[in-house]
Amino acid sequence: MKLNFEVDGDEFILAGEASSQVKKILKQLGVSSEIIRRIAIAMYEAEINMVIHANGGKIEVEITPKKVYIVLKDTGPGIPDIDLAMQEGYSTASEEVRELGFGAGMGLPNMKKYSDDLKITSEVGKGTTVEITVYI
Amino acid sequence: MKLSEVKEILDAEVLVGEHNLDREVYLACGSDLMSDVLAFVKDKVLLLTGLVNPQVIRTAEMMDIKAIVFVRGKKPSEEILKLAEEKDMIILTTKYPLYISCGLLYSKGLTGQESKQEGGHET
Ligand SMILES: Nc1ncnc2c1ncn2[C@@H]1O[C@H](COP(=O)(O)OP(=O)(O)O)[C@@H](O)[C@H]1O
Ligand SMILES: [Mg+2]
Repeated sequence: MKLNFEVDGDEFILAGEASSQVKKILKQLGVSSEIIRRIAIAMYEAEINMVIHANGGKIEVEITPKKVYIVLKDTGPGIPDIDLAMQEGYSTASEEVRELGFGAGMGLPNMKKYSDDLKITSEVGKGTTVEITVYI
Repeated sequence: MKLSEVKEILDAEVLVGEHNLDREVYLACGSDLMSDVLAFVKDKVLLLTGLVNPQVIRTAEMMDIKAIVFVRGKKPSEEILKLAEEKDMIILTTKYPLYISCGLLYSKGLTGQESKQEGGHET
């Protein structure tokens, strides 16, 4: 099964809608709640990042009996130093974003923790692609 | 602890889920930082927060958190409440601040996740 979502970069309020839908579908498919939780958290963090750091983008989700594979692609500013960005507590989020309860620099570490495989490719000025794999 | 007890202890008003107050919560977590909730909460807790925006509901949804208390008299917008209703959540609001709310619940036996964070960073 393949699902596609557009994430609006101007609507912080709507961020998480795609993750919510995927969570619902996985539940209908009978995936265990522990696995769903891991997928939901990782995807939600990535979706939030798309909105707060990169003006939105596109998400593709592929669900097979063995795994869930999520690709989040944006055309935002890119990440100059991915190793640095992966560190706990590292964040370039604005004060405005912090006031909304995000920007603690735990998103990427969280994605790593909850996924079985995390791949980030990024080019400054071009955009970022995040690939999350979780085995069911 | 039953949510009806939580309501009583915090002298709270029920904004969503009035008929579901017989549901139980076993642990609680107080935080204004959704990033931390996403990173550290392991159980299906009762969330207490002073932060009011739709991402509080979203975060709770991803974490399978079913009940939220907004502290310091904060009342979420209709939009937020509608989202919570769709997710079958229970929303309470209390006039007590976060620290006092947590203290009151804790002293009545609703504790938190015990484990200290290993390798945590200073905030
Ligand atoms: N999609 C993205 N586009 C551009 N920069 C990003 C993206 N995702 C993450 N980053 C960068 O990596 C940093 C760390 O991300 P994260 O761990 O999620 O923390 P936070 O979102 O709280 O800042 C961000 O502050 C930002 O600088
Ligand atoms: Mg983030």
